[in-house]
Amino acid sequence: MTGTFERIEDVEIRLLLEALYHRYHYDFRNYAMSSIRRRLRQAREDFGLATITAIQEKVLHDPDMLPQLLRYLTVQVSEMFRDPSYFRAIREKVVPHLRTYPSLKVWIAGCSTGEELYSFVILFREEGLEDRTIFYATDISPEALTQAEAGIYDVDRMRLFTENHRNAGGKTSLSDYYHSGYNQCILDKSLRRNVVFSDHSLVTDQVFGEMHFVSCRNVMIYFDRALQDRAIGLFRDALPRNGFLGLGAKETLRFSEHADSFREFVREEKIYQRTEKCPT
Amino acid sequence: MSDLTPSAVIIGASAGALDALTEILPALPADYPLPVFVVVHVPPDKRSVLADIFAARCALPVIEAEDKEPVQSGVIYFAPPNYHLLLEDTGSIALTTEEEVLFSRPSIDVAFESAAEAWGSNLIGVVLTGANHDGSRGLATILRGGGTALVQTPEGAYARAMPEAAIAACPQAKVLSLSGITDYLLSAPR
Repeated sequence: MTGTFERIEDVEIRLLLEALYHRYHYDFRNYAMSSIRRRLRQAREDFGLATITAIQEKVLHDPDMLPQLLRYLTVQVSEMFRDPSYFRAIREKVVPHLRTYPSLKVWIAGCSTGEELYSFVILFREEGLEDRTIFYATDISPEALTQAEAGIYDVDRMRLFTENHRNAGGKTSLSDYYHSGYNQCILDKSLRRNVVFSDHSLVTDQVFGEMHFVSCRNVMIYFDRALQDRAIGLFRDALPRNGFLGLGAKETLRFSEHADSFREFVREEKIYQRTEKCPT
Repeated sequence: MSDLTPSAVIIGASAGALDALTEILPALPADYPLPVFVVVHVPPDKRSVLADIFAARCALPVIEAEDKEPVQSGVIYFAPPNYHLLLEDTGSIALTTEEEVLFSRPSIDVAFESAAEAWGSNLIGVVLTGANHDGSRGLATILRGGGTALVQTPEGAYARAMPEAAIAACPQAKVLSLSGITDYLLSAPR
Protein backbone atom coordinates (compact mmCIF):
# COMPACT_ATOMS: atom_id res chain seq x y z
CA MET A 1 0.00 0.00 0.00
CA THR A 2 3.00 2.31 0.16
CA GLY A 3 3.79 2.96 -3.45
CA THR A 4 5.04 1.18 -6.50
CA PHE A 5 8.58 0.38 -5.48
CA GLU A 6 9.23 -2.33 -3.00
CA ARG A 7 11.26 -1.08 -0.08
CA ILE A 8 14.93 -1.99 -0.28
CA GLU A 9 14.72 -3.83 3.02
CA ASP A 10 11.89 -6.03 1.73
CA VAL A 11 13.98 -6.88 -1.32
CA GLU A 12 16.85 -7.83 0.99
CA ILE A 13 14.54 -10.00 3.08
CA ARG A 14 13.26 -11.84 0.02
CA LEU A 15 16.80 -12.45 -1.16
CA LEU A 16 17.87 -13.72 2.26
CA LEU A 17 14.93 -16.15 2.43
CA GLU A 18 15.74 -17.30 -1.09
CA ALA A 19 19.37 -17.87 -0.06
CA LEU A 20 18.32 -19.86 3.01
CA TYR A 21 16.20 -22.08 0.83
CA HIS A 22 18.84 -22.73 -1.80
CA ARG A 23 21.69 -23.21 0.63
CA TYR A 24 19.97 -25.06 3.50
CA HIS A 25 16.49 -26.02 2.26
CA TYR A 26 14.75 -24.06 4.99
CA ASP A 27 11.80 -22.47 3.27
CA PHE A 28 10.50 -19.29 4.89
CA ARG A 29 9.63 -17.68 1.58
CA ASN A 30 5.90 -17.80 2.24
CA TYR A 31 5.96 -16.70 5.84
CA ALA A 32 3.86 -13.71 6.86
CA MET A 33 5.97 -10.69 5.99
CA SER A 34 5.12 -8.32 8.84
CA SER A 35 6.42 -10.68 11.47
CA ILE A 36 9.45 -11.93 9.48
CA ARG A 37 10.45 -8.32 8.90
CA ARG A 38 10.24 -7.56 12.58
CA ARG A 39 12.29 -10.59 13.63
CA LEU A 40 14.97 -10.12 10.99
CA ARG A 41 15.39 -6.52 12.10
CA GLN A 42 15.85 -7.78 15.62
CA ALA A 43 18.42 -10.34 14.41
CA ARG A 44 20.28 -7.66 12.45
CA GLU A 45 20.43 -5.47 15.54
CA ASP A 46 21.53 -8.30 17.84
CA PHE A 47 24.18 -9.49 15.39
CA GLY A 48 25.49 -5.94 15.14
CA LEU A 49 25.12 -5.85 11.35
CA ALA A 50 24.24 -2.88 9.20
CA THR A 51 21.91 -4.54 6.73
CA ILE A 52 19.82 -7.66 6.12
CA THR A 53 22.14 -8.30 3.19
CA ALA A 54 25.00 -8.60 5.67
CA ILE A 55 23.09 -11.41 7.44
CA GLN A 56 22.80 -13.16 4.08
CA GLU A 57 26.52 -12.85 3.44
CA LYS A 58 27.31 -14.36 6.83
CA VAL A 59 24.80 -17.20 6.82
CA LEU A 60 25.69 -18.29 3.29
CA HIS A 61 29.35 -18.72 4.11
CA ASP A 62 29.17 -19.77 7.75
CA PRO A 63 26.89 -22.76 8.49
CA ASP A 64 27.40 -22.20 12.24
CA MET A 65 25.40 -19.03 11.82
CA LEU A 66 22.32 -20.97 10.69
CA PRO A 67 21.08 -22.19 14.10
CA GLN A 68 21.39 -18.67 15.46
CA LEU A 69 19.33 -17.25 12.63
CA LEU A 70 16.75 -20.03 12.89
CA ARG A 71 16.16 -19.00 16.47
CA TYR A 72 14.84 -15.71 15.15
CA LEU A 73 12.88 -17.15 12.25
CA THR A 74 11.09 -19.83 14.25
CA VAL A 75 9.06 -18.64 17.20
CA GLN A 76 9.34 -20.92 20.20
CA VAL A 77 6.84 -19.52 22.65
CA SER A 78 4.61 -22.10 24.26
CA GLU A 79 3.28 -23.28 27.59
CA MET A 80 1.71 -26.44 28.93
CA PHE A 81 -2.08 -26.46 28.69
CA ARG A 82 -2.03 -23.04 26.98
CA ASP A 83 -5.66 -21.89 26.73
CA PRO A 84 -6.96 -24.37 29.34
CA SER A 85 -10.46 -24.20 27.88
CA TYR A 86 -9.14 -25.83 24.68
CA PHE A 87 -7.97 -28.86 26.63
CA ARG A 88 -11.15 -28.91 28.66
CA ALA A 89 -13.15 -29.06 25.44
CA ILE A 90 -10.99 -31.93 24.18
CA ARG A 91 -11.51 -33.77 27.44
CA GLU A 92 -15.23 -33.24 27.56
CA LYS A 93 -16.24 -33.26 23.91
CA VAL A 94 -13.58 -34.97 21.80
CA VAL A 95 -12.38 -37.75 24.12
CA PRO A 96 -15.80 -39.51 24.14
CA HIS A 97 -15.44 -39.90 20.35
CA LEU A 98 -11.82 -40.99 20.54
CA ARG A 99 -12.73 -43.71 23.04
CA THR A 100 -14.61 -45.53 20.30
CA TYR A 101 -11.37 -46.26 18.39
CA PRO A 102 -9.19 -49.25 19.31
CA SER A 103 -6.04 -47.36 18.41
CA LEU A 104 -5.31 -43.66 17.96
CA LYS A 105 -2.82 -41.43 16.22
CA VAL A 106 -2.32 -37.83 17.32
CA TRP A 107 -0.17 -35.34 15.46
CA ILE A 108 1.23 -32.29 17.24
CA ALA A 109 2.31 -30.29 14.19
CA GLY A 110 4.87 -27.61 15.01
CA CYS A 111 5.49 -29.00 18.49
CA SER A 112 8.21 -26.47 19.30
CA THR A 113 9.83 -27.29 22.64
CA GLY A 114 7.22 -29.89 23.59
CA GLU A 115 4.83 -28.16 25.98
CA GLU A 116 1.77 -28.84 23.82
CA LEU A 117 2.81 -32.46 23.26
CA TYR A 118 3.17 -33.25 26.96
CA SER A 119 -0.15 -31.58 27.68
CA PHE A 120 -1.80 -34.03 25.27
CA VAL A 121 0.04 -37.05 26.67
CA ILE A 122 -0.94 -36.19 30.24
CA LEU A 123 -4.55 -35.56 29.26
CA PHE A 124 -4.67 -38.87 27.36
CA ARG A 125 -3.12 -40.70 30.33
CA GLU A 126 -5.71 -39.18 32.66
CA GLU A 127 -8.44 -40.31 30.30
CA GLY A 128 -7.02 -43.80 29.93
CA LEU A 129 -6.24 -43.38 26.22
CA GLU A 130 -2.46 -43.09 26.32
CA ASP A 131 -1.74 -46.81 25.89
CA ARG A 132 -3.63 -47.02 22.62
CA THR A 133 -2.20 -43.81 21.18
CA ILE A 134 0.87 -42.92 19.16
CA PHE A 135 1.81 -39.26 19.33
CA TYR A 136 3.73 -37.72 16.45
CA ALA A 137 5.55 -34.55 17.48
CA THR A 138 7.02 -32.68 14.54
CA ASP A 139 8.87 -29.43 14.00
CA ILE A 140 11.32 -27.92 11.53
CA SER A 141 13.74 -26.78 14.23
CA PRO A 142 16.24 -29.47 15.29
CA GLU A 143 17.02 -27.40 18.38
CA ALA A 144 13.38 -27.27 19.43
CA LEU A 145 12.95 -31.01 18.84
CA THR A 146 15.97 -31.78 21.00
CA GLN A 147 14.48 -29.68 23.78
CA ALA A 148 11.09 -31.29 23.33
CA GLU A 149 12.62 -34.71 23.60
CA ALA A 150 14.52 -33.73 26.76
CA GLY A 151 11.34 -32.47 28.44
CA ILE A 152 13.16 -30.08 30.77
CA TYR A 153 11.57 -26.78 31.73
CA ASP A 154 12.46 -23.92 34.05
CA VAL A 155 11.02 -24.45 37.48
CA ASP A 156 9.50 -20.97 37.54
CA ARG A 157 7.22 -21.85 34.61
CA MET A 158 5.66 -24.73 36.54
CA ARG A 159 3.32 -22.56 38.53
CA LEU A 160 1.64 -21.37 35.34
CA PHE A 161 1.61 -24.87 33.86
CA THR A 162 0.06 -26.24 37.05
CA GLU A 163 -2.63 -23.59 37.10
CA ASN A 164 -3.38 -24.19 33.41
CA HIS A 165 -3.56 -27.93 33.98
CA ARG A 166 -6.02 -27.48 36.82
CA ASN A 167 -8.16 -25.10 34.73
CA ALA A 168 -8.08 -27.65 31.91
CA GLY A 169 -9.92 -30.06 34.20
CA GLY A 170 -6.80 -32.03 35.17
CA LYS A 171 -7.65 -35.15 37.15
CA THR A 172 -4.19 -35.59 38.63
CA SER A 173 -1.54 -33.28 40.00
CA LEU A 174 0.96 -32.01 37.47
CA SER A 175 3.71 -32.62 40.01
CA ASP A 176 3.07 -36.36 39.55
CA TYR A 177 4.76 -36.05 36.16
CA TYR A 178 8.03 -34.31 36.93
CA HIS A 179 10.79 -34.07 39.48
CA SER A 180 12.75 -30.92 40.06
CA GLY A 181 16.39 -30.34 40.62
CA TYR A 182 18.39 -27.11 40.60
CA ASN A 183 16.17 -24.67 38.76
CA GLN A 184 14.68 -27.13 36.35
CA CYS A 185 11.91 -29.66 36.17
CA ILE A 186 12.39 -32.89 34.30
CA LEU A 187 9.29 -34.56 32.94
CA ASP A 188 8.92 -38.28 33.59
CA LYS A 189 10.35 -40.16 30.64
CA SER A 190 7.38 -42.54 30.65
CA LEU A 191 5.46 -39.66 29.05
CA ARG A 192 7.56 -40.23 25.93
CA ARG A 193 7.05 -43.96 25.58
CA ASN A 194 4.40 -43.55 22.86
CA VAL A 195 5.88 -40.46 21.25
CA VAL A 196 7.66 -40.26 17.90
CA PHE A 197 9.68 -37.06 17.44
CA SER A 198 10.39 -36.13 13.87
CA ASP A 199 11.73 -33.38 11.68
CA HIS A 200 8.84 -32.39 9.42
CA SER A 201 8.03 -29.24 7.49
CA LEU A 202 4.48 -28.16 6.75
CA VAL A 203 5.99 -26.12 3.93
CA THR A 204 7.90 -28.77 2.01
CA ASP A 205 7.01 -32.24 3.37
CA GLN A 206 4.04 -34.51 2.76
CA VAL A 207 1.51 -36.33 4.91
CA PHE A 208 3.00 -39.36 6.68
CA GLY A 209 -0.04 -41.20 7.97
CA GLU A 210 -3.71 -41.15 8.88
CA MET A 211 -4.42 -39.26 12.10
CA HIS A 212 -7.40 -39.07 14.45
CA PHE A 213 -6.44 -35.71 15.89
CA VAL A 214 -4.17 -32.99 14.57
CA SER A 215 -3.31 -30.13 16.90
CA CYS A 216 -1.55 -27.23 15.20
CA ARG A 217 -1.98 -24.13 17.29
CA ASN A 218 -0.36 -20.79 16.59
CA VAL A 219 1.93 -22.28 13.97
CA MET A 220 0.15 -21.28 10.80
CA ILE A 221 -0.26 -17.67 11.95
CA TYR A 222 3.33 -17.26 10.77
CA PHE A 223 2.41 -18.39 7.25
CA ASP A 224 0.87 -16.35 4.48
CA ARG A 225 -2.52 -17.34 3.06
CA ALA A 226 -1.12 -19.57 0.32
CA LEU A 227 1.11 -21.46 2.71
CA GLN A 228 -1.73 -21.82 5.22
CA ASP A 229 -3.75 -23.45 2.50
CA ARG A 230 -0.95 -25.90 1.83
CA ALA A 231 -0.67 -26.84 5.51
CA ILE A 232 -4.41 -27.16 5.99
CA GLY A 233 -4.46 -29.30 2.84
CA LEU A 234 -2.01 -31.66 4.57
CA PHE A 235 -4.27 -31.89 7.60
CA ARG A 236 -7.26 -32.49 5.37
CA ASP A 237 -5.43 -35.37 3.72
CA ALA A 238 -4.18 -36.78 7.04
CA LEU A 239 -7.62 -36.82 8.65
CA PRO A 240 -10.24 -39.43 7.84
CA ARG A 241 -13.91 -38.51 8.00
CA ASN A 242 -14.74 -37.30 11.55
CA GLY A 243 -11.05 -36.75 12.40
CA PHE A 244 -10.35 -33.67 14.51
CA LEU A 245 -8.29 -30.56 13.86
CA GLY A 246 -7.46 -28.09 16.65
CA LEU A 247 -6.24 -24.57 15.84
CA GLY A 248 -5.16 -21.58 17.95
CA ALA A 249 -7.76 -19.39 19.65
CA LYS A 250 -7.59 -16.70 16.95
CA GLU A 251 -6.96 -18.90 13.94
CA THR A 252 -9.77 -19.78 11.61
CA LEU A 253 -10.55 -21.88 8.55
CA ARG A 254 -12.94 -19.15 7.35
CA PHE A 255 -10.42 -17.75 4.86
CA SER A 256 -9.08 -21.12 3.71
CA GLU A 257 -9.82 -22.81 0.41
CA HIS A 258 -10.32 -26.02 2.42
CA ALA A 259 -13.04 -24.59 4.66
CA ASP A 260 -15.60 -26.91 3.06
CA SER A 261 -13.69 -30.01 4.15
CA PHE A 262 -14.28 -29.24 7.81
CA ARG A 263 -17.12 -28.37 10.11
CA GLU A 264 -16.94 -26.53 13.41
CA PHE A 265 -17.02 -29.07 16.23
CA VAL A 266 -16.38 -26.80 19.21
CA ARG A 267 -16.62 -23.39 17.64
CA GLU A 268 -15.28 -21.22 20.45
CA GLU A 269 -12.23 -23.46 20.89
CA LYS A 270 -11.44 -23.74 17.19
CA ILE A 271 -11.83 -27.50 17.14
CA TYR A 272 -12.92 -28.68 13.70
CA GLN A 273 -14.06 -32.04 12.43
CA ARG A 274 -13.30 -33.47 9.01
CA THR A 275 -16.35 -33.87 6.83
CA GLU A 276 -16.88 -36.34 3.99
CA LYS A 277 -13.68 -37.30 2.19
CA CYS A 278 -14.23 -35.63 -1.15
CA PRO A 279 -12.40 -36.29 -4.40
CA THR A 280 -10.00 -33.45 -5.06
CA MET B 1 -1.49 6.53 -2.49
CA SER B 2 0.84 9.26 -1.35
CA ASP B 3 -1.80 11.90 -0.65
CA LEU B 4 -2.54 12.67 2.95
CA THR B 5 -6.08 11.36 3.14
CA PRO B 6 -6.09 9.02 6.11
CA SER B 7 -6.81 5.37 5.36
CA ALA B 8 -6.71 3.87 8.84
CA VAL B 9 -6.77 4.70 12.54
CA ILE B 10 -4.90 2.81 15.25
CA ILE B 11 -5.45 3.45 18.96
CA GLY B 12 -3.40 2.22 21.92
CA ALA B 13 -4.59 2.35 25.53
CA SER B 14 -3.88 0.69 28.85
CA ALA B 15 -5.02 1.55 32.39
CA GLY B 16 -8.28 3.49 32.12
CA ALA B 17 -8.84 2.34 28.54
CA LEU B 18 -12.49 1.38 28.93
CA ASP B 19 -13.66 4.86 29.95
CA ALA B 20 -11.44 6.65 27.44
CA LEU B 21 -12.56 4.46 24.55
CA THR B 22 -16.17 4.93 25.61
CA GLU B 23 -15.73 8.65 24.83
CA ILE B 24 -14.39 7.94 21.36
CA LEU B 25 -15.63 4.76 19.70
CA PRO B 26 -19.41 5.15 20.14
CA ALA B 27 -19.13 8.63 18.58
CA LEU B 28 -18.01 7.19 15.23
CA PRO B 29 -21.02 7.07 12.88
CA ALA B 30 -22.20 3.99 11.02
CA ASP B 31 -20.78 5.34 7.75
CA TYR B 32 -17.31 6.03 9.16
CA PRO B 33 -15.03 5.22 6.23
CA LEU B 34 -11.83 4.04 7.95
CA PRO B 35 -10.82 0.82 9.67
CA VAL B 36 -10.07 1.42 13.36
CA PHE B 37 -7.63 -0.84 15.23
CA VAL B 38 -7.61 -0.81 19.01
CA VAL B 39 -4.81 -2.29 21.08
CA VAL B 40 -5.51 -2.47 24.81
CA HIS B 41 -3.38 -4.24 27.41
CA VAL B 42 -5.55 -7.08 28.65
CA PRO B 43 -4.60 -10.04 30.84
CA PRO B 44 -3.44 -13.01 28.74
CA ASP B 45 -5.32 -15.67 30.63
CA LYS B 46 -8.81 -14.32 30.17
CA ARG B 47 -11.18 -14.03 27.30
CA SER B 48 -11.47 -10.36 26.55
CA VAL B 49 -14.92 -8.83 26.76
CA LEU B 50 -13.91 -5.48 25.25
CA ALA B 51 -15.15 -6.27 21.76
CA ASP B 52 -18.49 -7.44 23.14
CA ILE B 53 -18.86 -4.35 25.32
CA PHE B 54 -18.21 -1.98 22.45
CA ALA B 55 -20.21 -3.95 19.92
CA ALA B 56 -23.24 -3.16 22.05
CA ARG B 57 -22.40 0.55 22.20
CA CYS B 58 -21.04 1.40 18.76
CA ALA B 59 -22.67 2.18 15.45
CA LEU B 60 -19.77 0.45 13.70
CA PRO B 61 -19.27 -3.31 13.78
CA VAL B 62 -16.76 -4.26 16.50
CA ILE B 63 -14.85 -7.53 16.41
CA GLU B 64 -11.86 -9.20 17.99
CA ALA B 65 -9.37 -9.66 15.16
CA GLU B 66 -8.62 -13.11 13.78
CA ASP B 67 -5.51 -14.12 11.89
CA LYS B 68 -5.51 -13.34 8.12
CA GLU B 69 -8.70 -11.34 8.43
CA PRO B 70 -8.95 -8.92 5.48
CA VAL B 71 -9.10 -5.34 6.73
CA GLN B 72 -12.40 -3.62 6.00
CA SER B 73 -13.29 0.03 6.23
CA GLY B 74 -15.77 1.00 8.90
CA VAL B 75 -14.91 -1.89 11.21
CA ILE B 76 -13.40 -1.58 14.69
CA TYR B 77 -10.86 -4.35 15.35
CA PHE B 78 -9.69 -5.15 18.87
CA ALA B 79 -6.37 -6.93 19.33
CA PRO B 80 -7.07 -10.29 21.03
CA PRO B 81 -5.44 -11.11 24.38
CA ASN B 82 -2.13 -12.98 24.31
CA TYR B 83 -1.39 -12.18 20.65
CA HIS B 84 0.48 -9.37 18.98
CA LEU B 85 -1.55 -7.65 16.27
CA LEU B 86 0.29 -6.82 13.07
CA LEU B 87 -0.91 -5.39 9.78
CA GLU B 88 0.29 -6.73 6.47
CA ASP B 89 1.03 -4.50 3.48
CA THR B 90 -1.46 -6.66 1.62
CA GLY B 91 -4.28 -5.32 3.79
CA SER B 92 -4.87 -8.21 6.14
CA ILE B 93 -4.38 -8.80 9.83
CA ALA B 94 -1.58 -11.04 11.10
CA LEU B 95 -1.45 -12.26 14.69
CA THR B 96 1.65 -13.67 16.38
CA THR B 97 2.58 -15.24 19.69
CA GLU B 98 6.09 -13.82 19.74
CA GLU B 99 7.62 -12.79 23.06
CA GLU B 100 5.98 -10.06 25.09
CA VAL B 101 7.30 -6.57 24.45
CA LEU B 102 7.49 -4.33 27.53
CA PHE B 103 5.68 -7.13 29.36
CA SER B 104 2.75 -6.84 27.01
CA ARG B 105 1.13 -9.06 24.40
CA PRO B 106 -0.56 -7.39 22.61
CA SER B 107 2.08 -4.70 22.39
CA ILE B 108 1.01 -1.25 21.22
CA ASP B 109 4.47 -0.55 19.78
CA VAL B 110 4.44 -3.72 17.68
CA ALA B 111 0.99 -2.95 16.26
CA PHE B 112 1.79 0.72 15.57
CA GLU B 113 5.07 -0.09 13.85
CA SER B 114 3.53 -2.61 11.48
CA ALA B 115 0.58 -0.29 10.78
CA ALA B 116 3.09 2.44 9.91
CA GLU B 117 4.71 0.07 7.40
CA ALA B 118 1.36 -0.72 5.86
CA TRP B 119 -0.20 2.75 5.68
CA GLY B 120 2.66 5.23 5.92
CA SER B 121 1.40 8.81 5.70
CA ASN B 122 -2.21 7.65 5.51
CA LEU B 123 -2.28 6.49 9.12
CA ILE B 124 -3.53 8.19 12.28
CA GLY B 125 -2.01 6.84 15.52
CA VAL B 126 -3.59 7.65 18.88
CA VAL B 127 -2.07 7.08 22.34
CA LEU B 128 -4.48 7.25 25.26
CA THR B 129 -4.29 6.72 29.02
CA GLY B 130 -1.91 4.13 30.47
CA ALA B 131 0.54 3.51 33.30
CA ASN B 132 3.56 2.42 31.24
CA HIS B 133 5.35 3.74 28.17
CA ASP B 134 4.14 1.33 25.50
CA GLY B 135 3.11 3.12 22.32
CA SER B 136 5.67 5.92 22.34
CA ARG B 137 8.12 4.09 20.10
CA GLY B 138 5.37 3.02 17.74
CA LEU B 139 3.93 6.52 17.58
CA ALA B 140 7.36 7.88 16.66
CA THR B 141 7.51 5.32 13.84
CA ILE B 142 4.12 6.51 12.59
CA LEU B 143 5.41 10.10 12.52
CA ARG B 144 8.58 9.07 10.70
CA GLY B 145 6.41 7.39 8.10
CA GLY B 146 4.58 10.67 7.55
CA GLY B 147 1.47 9.71 9.51
CA THR B 148 -0.43 11.71 12.11
CA ALA B 149 0.12 11.34 15.87
CA LEU B 150 -2.53 12.17 18.45
CA VAL B 151 -2.01 11.93 22.21
CA GLN B 152 -4.52 12.32 25.01
CA THR B 153 -3.79 15.30 27.28
CA PRO B 154 -1.93 13.73 30.23
CA GLU B 155 -3.73 15.95 32.75
CA GLY B 156 -7.06 14.54 31.63
CA ALA B 157 -5.92 10.91 31.50
CA TYR B 158 -6.75 8.28 34.10
CA ALA B 159 -3.04 7.31 34.00
CA ARG B 160 -0.71 9.90 32.56
CA ALA B 161 2.52 7.92 32.10
CA MET B 162 1.72 6.57 28.65
CA PRO B 163 0.61 9.90 27.11
CA GLU B 164 3.57 11.65 28.72
CA ALA B 165 6.02 9.13 27.29
CA ALA B 166 4.39 9.49 23.88
CA ILE B 167 4.67 13.28 23.97
CA ALA B 168 8.32 13.04 25.04
CA ALA B 169 9.07 10.70 22.13
CA CYS B 170 6.93 12.68 19.66
CA PRO B 171 7.09 16.43 20.29
CA GLN B 172 5.21 17.01 17.02
CA ALA B 173 2.19 15.01 18.21
CA LYS B 174 -1.13 16.81 18.55
CA VAL B 175 -2.07 16.74 22.24
CA LEU B 176 -5.85 16.74 22.60
CA SER B 177 -8.63 15.99 25.06
CA LEU B 178 -10.76 12.92 24.42
CA SER B 179 -13.41 15.07 22.75
CA GLY B 180 -10.69 16.79 20.71
CA ILE B 181 -9.44 13.39 19.56
CA THR B 182 -12.98 12.34 18.68
CA ASP B 183 -13.53 15.53 16.66
CA TYR B 184 -10.25 15.00 14.84
CA LEU B 185 -11.15 11.42 13.93
CA LEU B 186 -14.60 12.50 12.77
CA SER B 187 -13.31 15.25 10.49
CA ALA B 188 -10.15 13.48 9.29
CA PRO B 189 -11.64 11.42 6.44
CA ARG B 190 -13.46 14.35 4.86
